[in-house]
Amino acid sequence: MGFYLVQFLTGWADASGLFMVACGLTLIFGVSRIVNFAHGSFYMVGAYVAYTLITHLPATGMSFWGSILVAALVVGAIGIVVEVLLLRRLYHAPELFLLMGTFGIILIIQDLSRWLFGAEDLLGPQCPGLSGSISILGSLMPQYDLVLIAVALLILGLIWLLLNRTRWGILVRAATEDREMLAALGVNQSRLFTGVFFLGSFLTGLGGALQLPKGGADLLMDLNVIAAAFVVVVVGGMGSIQGAYLAALIIAELSSFGILVLPQSTLVMMFLVMAVVLVIRPYGLFGKPESMVHEAAGEPSATLRPAPARLKMLGLALLAVIALLPLVAGEFQLVLLTEIAILSLASMSLYFMMGPGGMVSFGHAAFFGGGAYAAALLVHYLQTPMELALGLAPLATGLLALIIGWFCVRLTGVYLAMLTLAFAQICWSIVFQWGSFTGGDDGILSIWPSAWADDKIVFYYLTMVICIGGVLALRAMVFTPFGYTMRACRDSPLRVDAIGIDLRRHQWLTFVLAGAFAGLAGGLYVFSKGSVFPDEMAISRSFDFLLMVLLGGVETLFGPVAGSAAFTWLHDQISRLAFWQLILGSIFIVLVVAFPQGIAGFFNNRFGRYFGAEPQG
Amino acid sequence: MTEPNHETMLEVSGLTAFYGKAQILFDLSLTIRRGEIVVLLGRNGAGKTTTFKSIIGLLPPADGEIRFKGRDITHLPPHKTCNLGLGYVPEDRRIFTQLTILENLEVGRQPPREGFVPWTFERLFDLFPNLAERRNQDAGTLSGGEQQMLTIARTLMGNPEMIILDEPSEGLAPVIVQQLADTIRRLKQEGVSIFLAEQNLNFSRFICDRAYIIHQGSVCHESAIEELSDKEYERYCSI
Repeated sequence: MGFYLVQFLTGWADASGLFMVACGLTLIFGVSRIVNFAHGSFYMVGAYVAYTLITHLPATGMSFWGSILVAALVVGAIGIVVEVLLLRRLYHAPELFLLMGTFGIILIIQDLSRWLFGAEDLLGPQCPGLSGSISILGSLMPQYDLVLIAVALLILGLIWLLLNRTRWGILVRAATEDREMLAALGVNQSRLFTGVFFLGSFLTGLGGALQLPKGGADLLMDLNVIAAAFVVVVVGGMGSIQGAYLAALIIAELSSFGILVLPQSTLVMMFLVMAVVLVIRPYGLFGKPESMVHEAAGEPSATLRPAPARLKMLGLALLAVIALLPLVAGEFQLVLLTEIAILSLASMSLYFMMGPGGMVSFGHAAFFGGGAYAAALLVHYLQTPMELALGLAPLATGLLALIIGWFCVRLTGVYLAMLTLAFAQICWSIVFQWGSFTGGDDGILSIWPSAWADDKIVFYYLTMVICIGGVLALRAMVFTPFGYTMRACRDSPLRVDAIGIDLRRHQWLTFVLAGAFAGLAGGLYVFSKGSVFPDEMAISRSFDFLLMVLLGGVETLFGPVAGSAAFTWLHDQISRLAFWQLILGSIFIVLVVAFPQGIAGFFNNRFGRYFGAEPQG
Repeated sequence: MTEPNHETMLEVSGLTAFYGKAQILFDLSLTIRRGEIVVLLGRNGAGKTTTFKSIIGLLPPADGEIRFKGRDITHLPPHKTCNLGLGYVPEDRRIFTQLTILENLEVGRQPPREGFVPWTFERLFDLFPNLAERRNQDAGTLSGGEQQMLTIARTLMGNPEMIILDEPSEGLAPVIVQQLADTIRRLKQEGVSIFLAEQNLNFSRFICDRAYIIHQGSVCHESAIEELSDKEYERYCSI
């Protein structure tokens, strides 16, 4: 009995830490509609700053708790800086563009932390006076865990009071519903946003600092915690504090007891809970449907048009260059171009569902990595020839997309995006933990093309034919009747429904097509590299694809190609430098502020008229 | 301050506004004087709401000038326009459904303004007795008419010197429209200037001093409300 009670309390303590991160995230999302991917980075900074302070001060209870508070305040201040200097400039940019800004922050904080705090994992200091355990019905329970539970409950209570009993809190809740109306009632939104951003950052910094005695500080904390925090926020309902607490509790308890039954299931468990909750309650336990009606009057997204004659000429010229390139380029350039082509196809498939399809995916790596693994497993276990494996990879991921899509198209907006992230994490966990079949972290090696295509130049041509064909096929689909319906589903779900079109079925098909093409790219990728690792399915891979699409611009059909080329080239150029993430992150931020329409969008505005396209925004 | 004097409250000149690439307002000009009730009549899509949104600052105009109490507010953000004493009641009400009635009113609260009796919860509940009984109820549970009253009350909490009302009578039962008319006349007695959009001519005749008609994005008629003939109204506003 005591064992189960302690197990329950341990789960509750885990939930408490998770709640503090998720609570800040949900507050920020509720008010500003910003999906702050950098939230996990703030958590990491909280841990590092607190660690530094605690280890430099005498080990007393005073200095321990003081350090934690100071660390949280420091993170809150960083939140203010980020909000005022970056995000405030972007509130009128498309929401997706804000994501790119927050990716930039992740990269910058990652490298700054490495530089300031070092690369090795730090073991958390104990809390003076609370490092022991107490006995509960014969089982030992760390005292600090009980303190964590109490602190989280206290924070839950204080935030509830703040939101329900103060004018500031009422304004925050009003902003969650209708920001524009709030402004028309004389409330300065900027100041409110800054306040909320401070509070949210403060809370996550506090969460990071408080977990030190249970864990420590390392450079992987940012992305590790962000996935969990997103799950909690989505399960609880975006913007709901109580929901976040309940969701954190459910997830932490399920993991705490799940580990007893099925030790391998912990990673999958959390995301499975999320998938189940979202299918039953699409807006989370305490969430309300997103209101799209009262968004600020933004520019309607530009109409996509078939390529005018001059643009086609440019395309032909480019094709000629690609065809003739092997005559002059060295092997290294060809390999880079092969990679660019493959990633272009993958990000084009993501764009296909994001742009014309109107469904943002945070988990596209599931299909890209899925295709890579499908091909690799076929070759590894069944000695399938390359040609057949390349044909089966998109079928496999299409099937995967059929399953994942069935769940996802029930949701919209951020919820849909989060669910794709959850499924991608499930796929990643399976590949990562099922070592006996997939090789786990060691990956699958020696997957080479058939003999005839083994030459770098031949493989280059093969890749180009498949990828250019794939990109053009996706592009052409946008202008078929199916493409029109797809765009209509994006622009006005209600009207589409009213004229008798099955919205979900079309979105589902879009999802499957995107998944299949991403799988094709993944299959090619594995043959170009000769191996595959779980990283190809990880969150950071999904983020890469998002970045490529955003870099290119979400309003232009060839944006993803331009974005992939720019991203891959940039990556290749600077990844040999020290602190390249800092440089890359800064570049993203500059790009976001300078070119809110992406690279291709920028060229379209600048030179679009020459090619017969209408300028945008 | 019951009779209109000749002090200009709001002056719009040469207003041009776009929604995306579509031009909605073409060189629109109008004036509201202190203490007046002025109606902006026009068909659906004539540009009434766009005019209001431009004045408030929700839709920055492409060209033209907007002055409130002599001050240029053309490019002010909405919260600053509101702080100057210009209240806005949108067409679709936009109450905060998950907040209680009292909380909705609290959101609208702004400091008192010189020369006006400040609005308090009690004075507003006196004006809108229906709301008083439900002060702790979620605003989402109110009927359409009560929601309309709440949006007006919420805007009054900002102690405005002038209110812009976008089609307040739309979708309300006749008895509620009557109540609304009484309320608006009561506000005039308090010295609040009122500029409202309407498609209901009888309602407008009952409460207004002057009328503008907007047609295809510009003003095509201006007169005292008594001088507006049915024929002139139908020419621009009948469907």
